[in-house]
Amino acid sequence: MEVGKCLKRVDAFDKVTGRAKYTDDMCPKHAYVTRILHSTIAHGRVLSIDTSEAEKIEGVVKVLTCFDVPDIPFPTAGHPWTTVPAHQDVADRKLLNEHVRHYGDEVAAVVAEDYVAADRAIRALKVEYEEYPFVIDPIEAAKEGAPVIHPERQDNNILAHSDIRIGNYQEAIKEPGLIKVEGWYYTPTVQHAHIENHICYAYQEQGGRMTVVTSTQIPHIVRRVVAQALGWSWGKVRIIKPYVGGGFGNKQDALYEPLCAWLSLQVGGHPVKLDVSREETFVNNRVRHAMPCHIISWVRPDGTFAARKFELWSDQGAYASHGHSVAGKALGSYPQIYPCDNIEADAWTVYTNKPTAGAMRAYGMPQATFHNECHVEEIVTKLNLDPVEFRRKNSMPVGYYDDFSKNELYHDSFNDCLDKAIELIDYDRKFELYKNQTGPVRRGIGTSLFWYNTAVWPISIETSSCRMIMNQDGSIQLMTGETEIGQGCDTVFAQMAADTVGLKVEDVHVVTNQDTDVTPYGAGAYASRQTYVGGFAIKQTGELLKEKILGHAHTLTRMPVDILDIVEGNIVRKTDNRVLMSLGELATKILYDFELSEHMAAESTYSVKSNAYSFGVSIAEVEVDIPLCKVELLNIVNVHDCGILINPPLAEAQVHGGMSMGIGFGLYEELLVDKKTGRVLNDNLLDYKLCTTMDHPDLMVDFAENPEPTSPFGTKALGEPPACSPAPAIRNAILHATGVAINSLPINPHKLFAAFTEAGLFETL
Amino acid sequence: MYDINHIYEAKSVEDAVRLRMEQPQATIIAGGSDLLISIRAGDLAGCDLISIYMIDELRGVSLDDDGTIRIGSLTSFAALTKDDIIQKHVPVLGEAADKVGGPQIRNIGTIGGNTCNGVTSADTASTLMAYDAIIELTGSEGKRLVPIEEFYLGAKRVDLRPDEIQSAILIRPESYQGYEGYYYKYAMRGAMDIATSGCSVNVKLSEDKKTIVDARICYGVAGPIPMRTRSAEQAVKGLPVSKETVEAFAAGALQDVNPRTSWRATKEFRLHIQGELARRCLTESINRAGGVWS
Ligand SMILES: Cc1cc2nc3c(=O)[nH]c(=O)nc-3n(C[C@H](O)[C@H](O)[C@H](O)COP(=O)(O)OP(=O)(O)OC[C@H]3O[C@@H](n4cnc5c(N)ncnc54)[C@H](O)[C@@H]3O)c2cc1C
Repeated sequence: MEVGKCLKRVDAFDKVTGRAKYTDDMCPKHAYVTRILHSTIAHGRVLSIDTSEAEKIEGVVKVLTCFDVPDIPFPTAGHPWTTVPAHQDVADRKLLNEHVRHYGDEVAAVVAEDYVAADRAIRALKVEYEEYPFVIDPIEAAKEGAPVIHPERQDNNILAHSDIRIGNYQEAIKEPGLIKVEGWYYTPTVQHAHIENHICYAYQEQGGRMTVVTSTQIPHIVRRVVAQALGWSWGKVRIIKPYVGGGFGNKQDALYEPLCAWLSLQVGGHPVKLDVSREETFVNNRVRHAMPCHIISWVRPDGTFAARKFELWSDQGAYASHGHSVAGKALGSYPQIYPCDNIEADAWTVYTNKPTAGAMRAYGMPQATFHNECHVEEIVTKLNLDPVEFRRKNSMPVGYYDDFSKNELYHDSFNDCLDKAIELIDYDRKFELYKNQTGPVRRGIGTSLFWYNTAVWPISIETSSCRMIMNQDGSIQLMTGETEIGQGCDTVFAQMAADTVGLKVEDVHVVTNQDTDVTPYGAGAYASRQTYVGGFAIKQTGELLKEKILGHAHTLTRMPVDILDIVEGNIVRKTDNRVLMSLGELATKILYDFELSEHMAAESTYSVKSNAYSFGVSIAEVEVDIPLCKVELLNIVNVHDCGILINPPLAEAQVHGGMSMGIGFGLYEELLVDKKTGRVLNDNLLDYKLCTTMDHPDLMVDFAENPEPTSPFGTKALGEPPACSPAPAIRNAILHATGVAINSLPINPHKLFAAFTEAGLFETL
Repeated sequence: MYDINHIYEAKSVEDAVRLRMEQPQATIIAGGSDLLISIRAGDLAGCDLISIYMIDELRGVSLDDDGTIRIGSLTSFAALTKDDIIQKHVPVLGEAADKVGGPQIRNIGTIGGNTCNGVTSADTASTLMAYDAIIELTGSEGKRLVPIEEFYLGAKRVDLRPDEIQSAILIRPESYQGYEGYYYKYAMRGAMDIATSGCSVNVKLSEDKKTIVDARICYGVAGPIPMRTRSAEQAVKGLPVSKETVEAFAAGALQDVNPRTSWRATKEFRLHIQGELARRCLTESINRAGGVWS
């Protein structure tokens, strides 16, 4: 069995030696390069762009503006397409925009022979704007009279609203003896900050078809969006995905592929490269939705919930991208983690004149987890209850069933995870030890739970395809529609395929580069879906291939099929475990035999109609230097129930990355927007305080491996979940240390200074 | 791809001075870790550069006969931190250099660039100023010595004449002998950051280690250029090593600093941190000097 083993990544050698090819490595040297002109106003209209000086610059091939692009609004979100118009993604932008909707919006592009020429041309463009008032706060933007960002839509900036009603909130709060706990919780705009900025290049070939080579999480979806934006039929577009240097959801959007394809068309189909700068990554790609949330809980003195109310605001920024799906997911999480009979919950997604928010690792759940876990801690504090006991008692009980997703909590996952985390971090002792401290430097320990869905069924299709091709030596080529972006899915797919067919893992050759002309359909890397969903398609396809192989084995060995098996690349007679022939012998014979000749392959599509709950917990231990307004994270542990681990070290690495993101979200990161101009102030890695290795303790990770019954491999979501719970755990640890509750992320020294000042803490030292 | 028109490579200090006179439009480049950032941003598009990076005579630390520490302007942060003379006589300068960026920047960045760039946050500048360092400039008429406080003219402006390069930074024996110092870089993360505020303090104690004979303090990011707060220094001279003295020092410092509110930090926050840094840096300097607390 290969599943469950600690195997080396299939791409380890290529990545370590630098042989792995990324988009820029593949771009032809003669490709033209591109620079984009960004607006210097937050909201308004481009009246004119004078390109005459720019066009004179040596090396400039073509200057194109918002007045040249096709009048085709298109959607960018990396969702599978739907044939139901009401569920289709919002098409609210063009390739370049005459109506400028945020500071830095794209209004013109220069195609040039090199960057020196392109940069000079950008500086030589003269733009005349008509300026409109702008709004950067989602709650303000939703008010009557706010500047309207998309006048073509009749929605006064409210992209969407959804609600949940359970029981009767208004009646339930009348129960005598209830305690009201109320608060506002705020999570900021943050950015994915993956290592490889988005990059693509496009060229025409084969009678006018358009090829885009791109760093994307979603090749098949990008093909559709490029075609839509150009107004082309979809088969004329081909997307190639080489190795990808991270995406975290930012590349779950068609970012620049449509523009790049169009620019190539404007220069006769010559290759055009669009290599985005870090500054553009911050301002013009996607960000995480900032979300203020108002929560009221009516609690009985024993700590049970009588009624709860949630009001969630999601800051969409300038364009719809993933839109309300993100807030919708956040909203849906509140009633499930701590079930309550009476709930009134509302979410609004609102356009603002800011960078566009889209998908980012855990899709609304880090926000919702922060809101809810801060609030729960407030209840615990107010009622003087034990934070862990409260969670054990009130969180989703074993057997809980969600009618919409049909998800069920099959195991005692929360307690399993809590028990492990508590032991690993020595929680009980520290929790007692850190009570009632005085002095300038204090320690604290805090907890947070989370839950997560696996994949997106039943909101969207969950269709995944796989193809296996048998080589003459008995090895296979494995192709799936699922996308390796650094997370390691190629490796776990190879393990799954090996076990299904009966091969050694080294005899599974994963075709990592994807090409929509040949790669079978799959939705791509998002929603922590690929290991779960891809597993169904691999299992089904592997069994098809195995059936074919055994059929031929029967012909060649004259043994009945039901006593034959494939074990580590050999045809084995099960009755006495004798090796009858190797797969290599079989495959060679079958391909070259005058009578039997067949190129053995199998291909199939599986459309998954289930989902799976994934669970976990973070516990964080901090030391707070009160006079210096600094938090040091001393220890942090994440324990996950993501089902059976396919490859334990890869799973652990995934958790490390997610925890790191959670730490950044908790203590460091925030994209700042200037209130006077709407300009992003910190669009670089100096001023955007991504935390460094110096800011991390050793990250402790463990798993409660409860098998997921719906998955052929017992697995479920792990890609995004690790990012959900670290931030609230850290926040609760700071509360434990100082008695100061900070409800707004990131908890950086500025926030601590303000909070400690307000709490009068400095005077008490 | 950087928009650079031409690079002139200087082979020696004289060569550099000659190039300075022949190419007055050109900018000096040493490690390039400040300059290339500006060029990338388009601020110096189409510039001419005079590279001094190959002039090995400008590298390294030595001790003159009179005990003056001579730091060649091209000495990298990493070399400074590892240098024996620095470790023995002004370890705090090596520690300050070790707070810069990350390992790569500490290998390419130079102390000359750190000071000539003229910014208040430069991690070595506050310590150099707290040790009354002397800047040595070499031009067509030979060498010129300028106290570092006078070298800084204003934000991004230093006293460098059109024919000159900075050749060394000197620390006189009377400035370092008997002093122990401590530098605190207050930043938003543990590496790869520019100081929100930096503070370098050094003290000289009496024979019995009970009294402060001399104390010096310099802040980064308390004003447009690194700033000595002399009210703090005056306030503690001759005072006993005690908590009250430390408080007087912080109070003195706060009289002189004048931080601004910007989107990076509010004035109130900076003041709070600057007071606390004065306390911690003086306390630690006293401890390093073997101070006996009363
Ligand atoms: C990622 C990164 C992180 C950084 N982190 C820090 C940090 O933590 N702390 C910090 O203080 N700085 C930091 N810096 C800034 C920079 O590294 C330092 O200021 C460094 O000392 C500059 O030295 P250099 O040799 O690279 O200067 P250059 O960029 O070559 O030159 C800087 C300026 O000084 C002039 N100049 C240089 N040498 C001379 C000379 N001998 N004579 C006359 N003029 C000269 C140049 O003309 C230019 O104006 C960082 C930079 C980067 C890119």
